[in-house]
Amino acid sequence: MQNAISAVTRRLVILIPYGWLLFFFLIPFLIVLRISMSTTAVAMPPYTPVFDWTGGWESIRASLSQLSLDNYTWLAGDPLYFNAYISSLLIALVSTALTLLVAYPMAYGMAKAPTTIRPTLVMLVILPFWTSFLIRVYAWIGILKPEGLFNQFLLSLGLISEPLIILNTNWAIYIGIVYCYLPFMVLPLYSALEKMDHSLTEAALDLGCTPIQAFWRVTFPLSLPGVIAGCLLVFIPAVGEFVIPDLLGGSETLMIGRTLWNEFNGNRDWPVSSAVAVVLLLLLVIPIMLFQNAQARAERAEREGR
Amino acid sequence: MVRWSRFNIASIVFGFAFLYLPIVLLVIYSFNESRLVTVWTGFSTKWYGTLLTNQALLDAAWVTLRVGLLSASASTVLGTLAALSLSRYPDFRGRVLFSGMIYAPLVMPEVITGLSMLLLFVAIGIDRGFWTVTLAHTTFTMCFVAVVVQSRLQSFDRSIEEAAMDLGATPVATFFQVTLPIILPAVLSGWVLAFTLSLDDLVIASFTSGPGATTLPMRIYSQVRLGVTPEINAICTILIGVVACGTLIAALATRRRELQRQKDERAAFAESMVRTVDPPPAAAGG
Repeated sequence: MQNAISAVTRRLVILIPYGWLLFFFLIPFLIVLRISMSTTAVAMPPYTPVFDWTGGWESIRASLSQLSLDNYTWLAGDPLYFNAYISSLLIALVSTALTLLVAYPMAYGMAKAPTTIRPTLVMLVILPFWTSFLIRVYAWIGILKPEGLFNQFLLSLGLISEPLIILNTNWAIYIGIVYCYLPFMVLPLYSALEKMDHSLTEAALDLGCTPIQAFWRVTFPLSLPGVIAGCLLVFIPAVGEFVIPDLLGGSETLMIGRTLWNEFNGNRDWPVSSAVAVVLLLLLVIPIMLFQNAQARAERAEREGR
Repeated sequence: MVRWSRFNIASIVFGFAFLYLPIVLLVIYSFNESRLVTVWTGFSTKWYGTLLTNQALLDAAWVTLRVGLLSASASTVLGTLAALSLSRYPDFRGRVLFSGMIYAPLVMPEVITGLSMLLLFVAIGIDRGFWTVTLAHTTFTMCFVAVVVQSRLQSFDRSIEEAAMDLGATPVATFFQVTLPIILPAVLSGWVLAFTLSLDDLVIASFTSGPGATTLPMRIYSQVRLGVTPEINAICTILIGVVACGTLIAALATRRRELQRQKDERAAFAESMVRTVDPPPAAAGG
């Protein structure tokens, strides 16, 4: 009796969230995939129907034979999209490197802080994450614009004679990404550095390393899992970022998230924007798989270390 | 003890200044009298007054609040169930796909999630509006809840559950009387996380929303595109204040719970010490 109840419970506990995700997460992707292979139609919705269920099996087979890769060949042939993908990857790469540069000293300092204040510092890093992303990006517009606070500050110091143009350039996007994703980089770095055995650095110093040598030969290699995790946590969402390039970047800055948005809302070309989404997803699957691989390896190493 | 050098302190101070200065400036300039956001002319709270007369903004805030409350509650139930199935049932058919669907939305670009949701709603012929935004938010936030709850379920002594089952409790009773009280802090923080994510979301809401269901971030976004105004600073300050209060209360609550737990543990420990140190007189002679 009890076994029967627990079997039913088990089935329900699994089936409810499983079914929900299948219906609201997986099936939508299949629809995106299907529509990316349809042709544009002047209608509402603006594409040829997904599947015509009414005609039974025959019509499904017929609609399967209509699938075409035209949208993908079109994407490959159009330099606009190619450039958008490349520049998204480049911007994400530069911003990830800059985030690492800002975050590493911070995480290092936090890991060396007295143990009593460490939880407070971690809390302070997480706190901005709770405020709205949009608000944090918006705050930078007022700071970076030509008559903004940053330029006023530099002018009053006499460092520059006329305002720097930062807003609507790639620099503004870099600043925005570094700012918004800093906690994602600091936290994994901190957890890697905090676990580290400081006697190793001391041993290196005793054996005649300069502090800088000790850092590059001992500390940095040991923090590498944190570096990799942090970089991927910043890089992956940065590639598909929409709000930051849209509000801080210039009109000529092409990033793929923004291109997709414009293609969809502006041109109403649903099949092409679906194809853009599929390609973007494929681009991101590779770093995600690398990430999971690295994590699995780190976990295994930790388990074996114990 | 490793030295906390001046360089370490400087890099921490610089890092936190970078993190907090923009938010602080935003809050300060919401009290600026001038319409020009970047020139300080005097203290004033008039922009907060104009917010109350901005009906479109108030409507959007009301929509956002309802979407947030509904989707956070639904996603907490779904996410907790998902966490239970992942951590309590190590082998069922399609488990790999299931955990993939839990983790994928965490790193998925929002534009893709939004687009695919929209295409689903169009394909099944639902009119876009309040309910479609709520369904979309439930789906992407339940994965965050699942991850938070799952990490709590993993660091949890399963023998308590087994004891309850051995004593004849049904799985459902075991869950409500044993498991849930223990994982409750994680479930609650999952709810808070889901609520803030829903409150914050612009991209997914823009794709899945329809006429009459404009959320607050959508409204702010359309105003921000027109330029920086003190009204936006004011509404942002209010949002920051709400979130800061919520986080503070949550932090204090967990801290109190933690202190209470430590006190209980100490009391139990002291009691057991008293018993061993102060044994019955017959055994004390040895």
